[in-house]
Amino acid sequence: MNYIKYSELYDIIVVGAGHAGCEAAMAAANLGSRTLLLTMNINTIAFLSCNPAIGGIAKGQIVREIDALGGYTAIVADKTMIQFRMLNRSKGPAMWSPRTQNDKYKYSFEWKHILESTKNLDIREDTVIEIITENNSVIGVRTKLGAEFYAKATILTNGTFLNGVIHIGERNFIGGRLGEDAVKGLTENLNSLGFKSLRLKTGTPARVDSRTINFSKLEEQKGEEDITGFSFLKISPKLSQKSCWITYTNPKVHAILRKGFDKSPMFQGRIQGVGPRYCPSIEDKIDRFAGKDSHQIFLEPESENGIEYYLNGFSSSLPEEIQVEALHLIPGLENAKILKPGYAIEYDYFSPTQLYASLETKQINFLYFAGQINGTTGYEEAACQGLMAGINAHRKINNLEPIVLSRESSYIGVLIDDLITKGVDEPYRMFTSRAEHRVLLRQDNADIRLTPLGYQIGLISEERYQNFLIKKEKINSLISYLKKYSIEPKEINPLLKAKKSSEISQKIKFSRLLLRPQISLNDLISSSVKLKDYMSNHSFNHEIIEEVEILIKYENYIIKENELATRITQLEKIKLDPNFDYGKVLSLSTEARQKLSKIKPTTLGQASRISGISPSDISVLLILLGR
Amino acid sequence: MDFTETICTLSTPAGTGAIGLIRISGKKSLEILQSVFVSKSNKTLFEPNKVYMGTIIDKNEIIDEVLITYFKQPNSYTGENLIEISCHGSVYIQRSILELLVSKGCRLAEPGEFTLRAFMSGKIDLSQAEAISDLIASQSKAAHQLAIQHLKGGFSSKIKSLREQLLHFTALLELELDFAEEDVEFANRIEIKHLFEKLKQEIQSLLHSFKMGNVFKNGIPVAIAGKPNVGKSTLLNTLLNEERAIVTNIPGTTRDTIEDTIVIDGFMFRFIDTAGLRTTSDEIEKYGIERSYKAMEKATIILYLIDKDEVDNEEVKKIKEKFKEKKLFVLVNKSDLLPEFPTTSTKDTFYISAKKKINISAINDALKEFVATLESPNDILVANTRHYEALYNAHLSLLQAEEAFDKQVPTDLVMVDIKQVLYYLGTITGEIHNNEILESIFKNFCIGK
Repeated sequence: MNYIKYSELYDIIVVGAGHAGCEAAMAAANLGSRTLLLTMNINTIAFLSCNPAIGGIAKGQIVREIDALGGYTAIVADKTMIQFRMLNRSKGPAMWSPRTQNDKYKYSFEWKHILESTKNLDIREDTVIEIITENNSVIGVRTKLGAEFYAKATILTNGTFLNGVIHIGERNFIGGRLGEDAVKGLTENLNSLGFKSLRLKTGTPARVDSRTINFSKLEEQKGEEDITGFSFLKISPKLSQKSCWITYTNPKVHAILRKGFDKSPMFQGRIQGVGPRYCPSIEDKIDRFAGKDSHQIFLEPESENGIEYYLNGFSSSLPEEIQVEALHLIPGLENAKILKPGYAIEYDYFSPTQLYASLETKQINFLYFAGQINGTTGYEEAACQGLMAGINAHRKINNLEPIVLSRESSYIGVLIDDLITKGVDEPYRMFTSRAEHRVLLRQDNADIRLTPLGYQIGLISEERYQNFLIKKEKINSLISYLKKYSIEPKEINPLLKAKKSSEISQKIKFSRLLLRPQISLNDLISSSVKLKDYMSNHSFNHEIIEEVEILIKYENYIIKENELATRITQLEKIKLDPNFDYGKVLSLSTEARQKLSKIKPTTLGQASRISGISPSDISVLLILLGR
Repeated sequence: MDFTETICTLSTPAGTGAIGLIRISGKKSLEILQSVFVSKSNKTLFEPNKVYMGTIIDKNEIIDEVLITYFKQPNSYTGENLIEISCHGSVYIQRSILELLVSKGCRLAEPGEFTLRAFMSGKIDLSQAEAISDLIASQSKAAHQLAIQHLKGGFSSKIKSLREQLLHFTALLELELDFAEEDVEFANRIEIKHLFEKLKQEIQSLLHSFKMGNVFKNGIPVAIAGKPNVGKSTLLNTLLNEERAIVTNIPGTTRDTIEDTIVIDGFMFRFIDTAGLRTTSDEIEKYGIERSYKAMEKATIILYLIDKDEVDNEEVKKIKEKFKEKKLFVLVNKSDLLPEFPTTSTKDTFYISAKKKINISAINDALKEFVATLESPNDILVANTRHYEALYNAHLSLLQAEEAFDKQVPTDLVMVDIKQVLYYLGTITGEIHNNEILESIFKNFCIGK
C-alpha cells in the first residue's frame, strides 16, 4: 500500500485522545514538544465512557496530584461539575476524597477547547494501525486512512479499543465503545515486535431516561454546598448543581436477573478476559453474595440539562430484555425506559511489566504506553499515566533523566510502581490501601508534595509557584502562632461546655485545644478576639485553615508515618543495575531469577515488591551488593 | 564474597583432637572430592547421606584415612552440595587436606560463610541464623538448649504466626476503608479487641521471658555481698577454684565488682563479687559500695556473707527487706573459728568456711535447687537483645493502637500504629528487611561454622 508521508517531523505523537492521551499531549506540548494527537473520533475527546464522575476514594487524591504537577483533569472536572462531595469526611484526613458528578458533554467539550488553545499541538482524526520502527526505536505511525506520521517518540493510549468486543447477553460484536469501532491490527503489530498482550473485561450499566423515573420513590443525595473542588487554582463551578438519587434492588429483581444467567456471556465463558473484582456487575454481586437481598443503586445525572441517568451499581451484560425486566421491579424505575443497555467489553492490554518506570517500553525505545492499555481502569488512573508519559517522552528526546515518582511521594508513584513491578491480572484500580503510607498522601497536601516538582519539570508557571510558596509560608506562620499563643478559660469555656468537652481551668495553647476531636480551628477563631484579629490581618483563606487544622490535629500520626516511611525506604535507596545478570546468581530461587530478569528492578525496594520474590531472595541481593 | 565458588573449612576447633571435621560446600564439591578421595570399595559415585570410608590422596601419596558423607542440595546445611570429611585430628593432616582442597579449586570459607549460605539459600531465616551464632557461642547446657529451640524455628514461627493473625485483620480493616461505600463485610470489632488482647499477652510474656532467656544465655547473675573483710573474695576464689580476686586482710581491698562464671549442673552462674558494704568516707570506696548495691539489684541470687562473730540480725533483716524479690542466702563465714562447727543449717542460712572450703557443697546444692524452680530453657524464650527491642517497640505500638481503637480514632489513623507493630514483628524474622540488622548478624559469626 502507498502511504501518504507527512514530511513534518513531530517531537511526540500521542495515539488516542482519552484521559491518558489528553494529559500526555498537553504535558508534551506545554513543555515545548511539537505534538500530534491522533484520535479515532474528534467528537469524543476525553469522553466519560462509563461513570459521569471524577474522583472518589484514592482517585480524588490522584486528580489533585495531577493538578499539583500541572495537568488538566482537575481543572476540567471543576469547570464542568454538577455535584461536589468530599467523601469520608467522618474518617481521618487520609481518607477524605473529593468526588464530582460531571456533565459528560461539557467535560469532553472543555477538554477539546483546552487542547485547541494549546501551542505546539496538532489534532488529527485517524486510527493508528501500526508503529514504524527502526533499530529498535519507534520513529512514527501508520494509519487506517493511509498516512504515515513521524516523530521522535510515540505514546500509545488506546484504552479499550484494541480488538474490543462488546457483549450484551448472547449478542456480541466488534466495538471499542457502544456505537464506536474497535482498532484492528495494532495489537498484532505490537505482538510481532515481541510485546505480550492479554485480555481484560470491563462493563457499564444501562442509561435511563429521567422522564420515566419516579423520583418521589427515591432517596435524594445532595451535593455539598461548600464546594472546594479539585484544583489548587480554585475554579468555581459554572453549572447548576444537581442531586443523585438512591434506590435498592430486591429479591424479585435478583430472581429475574438469575433467569438470564444461562445467557450471560460471563457465566457461559464467552468472555475470556478477567473483570474487575471490585467493580462487579450486578449479576456478579448476586452470584457471589447470594445471602444479600438488596444492593444499592445510585442514579447519577449525566449532564446538567439532559435526560440521561447512569445506574451506578447496576452494571450488566445480561440480555437487554432481562435488564429491562429486572429494572422495572426496582422502586422508582417501574416505568423506566432505557436509552441504552448495559454491556461488557473485552479488550487487549499489554502487561505493564514490559515497561520501565518512565512508562517507556523495554522492547522498543521512545515508545510509551499509558492508560487502560496497561491494564488499569478509571479515568484518573489513565490520566496520571498520560501525564507522566507525556513528561517523560519529552524529557527522553531532550536527553533528560526521567521523572519517577516514589511510592512515598504520591499515589501516582504507587500506581506506576505497582504496574511495572507486579503487573496486573485484573483491571487495576487505585485504593488507599495500595499505598504503604496513606497518611502522608492526602488530598489536602498534594501541592506541597508535588508542586515544587511540577515547577522544576516546567509545567507549573512562575506565578503559580510563587503563590504556592506564599501559601506554604502562611501555613507555617499560622502553625507557629497556634503553638505559641494561648487562650483564656473564660474565652473558650462556654464553647467547650456547649460541645460537651471538659472545661479548662487555666490558659492553654491553641494547638493543644485543637487536639480535641470536637474542636475546630474555626471554633477557636470565633472564641478568641486575639486569634480573630491575627487571622484577618493575615488573610488566611479556608484552604490554609483546613491544612493547618489537619497538620496540628494529626501531627502525631503524621510524624509516626514519616518515621516508618524513612525506615522502610532504606531499600529504595539501594540501586540495582537493570541489566544485571540474575541468571548467574544461583542462591536466588529459580522463580526469583526469572522474575528479576524480566522486571529489571532499579532498586532493591522495587525488587522486594515483585510477587514471588521472597525475603530471603532480597537478603541474597543485599549480601551480594556488599551489604 | 563470591557465592558461586566452592568453599571449605575446618569445622572442628583447630588443634589436636581425636578427629577433625572438614566441610566443603558449593557447586563443585562433589567434583573436588572425587579428585582427592579414593573409596575403599572403589566407588566413584556417592549416594547422598551415606558414609564412605577411604583415603585422601595427594599425588599418589596418602594423607589420611577418612570417612566422607555427601549431602545433596538442597538437603544440606547450606542448601548446596555439601561434603563432610572426618579425618584424624592432627593439625598437620587437617592443614594438608585443606591445602589440597584449595589447590583443587576450593576457597577457604570466610567466618560465618556456611551459615550465610544456608541463610541465602533460604534454609534458615534471620532469627535462626542468630540462633546458630548463639549456639556456637553457648557455654552451658541451658544456653545451648535455648539456641537449639530458636534454631528449630519455634520462636520465629511463633512471631510469624502472631504477625499473620494481625495481618489478616489489617487486610479486613483496609478493605473496609476503601470499600466503605460498597458491599463489603466489616471487620468484627470485638474480634479485633480479642486479637489485640491476645497479641499483647503473647508479646508481654515473650518480653518477660527475655530476663530468663538472657540469664540462660549469659549466666544467672549471683552477687556475693557483705561487709568489708567478711571473706567475699575468698568465697569467690573457692567457688571458682582459682585466685581471681585480690585477697588481703585490709578491709575494703575490693573496689570494683569482679565477674566470673562457673557451670553447675548444666547452668551457668555469673558471680559478681562486690565491694564490702559499710559506711565510709573514702570516696573511691563509696563508689564501690554504690556498685555493690547495683550488682545486688542486677543479680537473681544474692549470697550474703556475715561474720560468725557478727551475727547481726538487724543488718540481715535490712538487706532481706531491701532485696525481697531476690533469692537471698545468708552465709555465716569463718564458722570454723567457732568452738564447734554448727551442723544445723536452716533453709536459707548456711554455716561455711570459705578459706577452709567447708560446706561449700551446700551452696552448690542450693544453687542447683534454685535452678530447678526456673522456667525451662525448652520453652520459647527471648534471649537476643535485637529481638527484645523489636518486641518492645511492637508492644508499645500495640498499646497505642489499642488506645486509639478504644477512643474511636478513625481507622486510617489506627492503621499507622498497627503497621508499626507489623513492621517490628517483621524485622525479627526478616520478613521486613533492614540492612543494618543483616550486617550486624553476620558480623557476629567469628568462626567458620
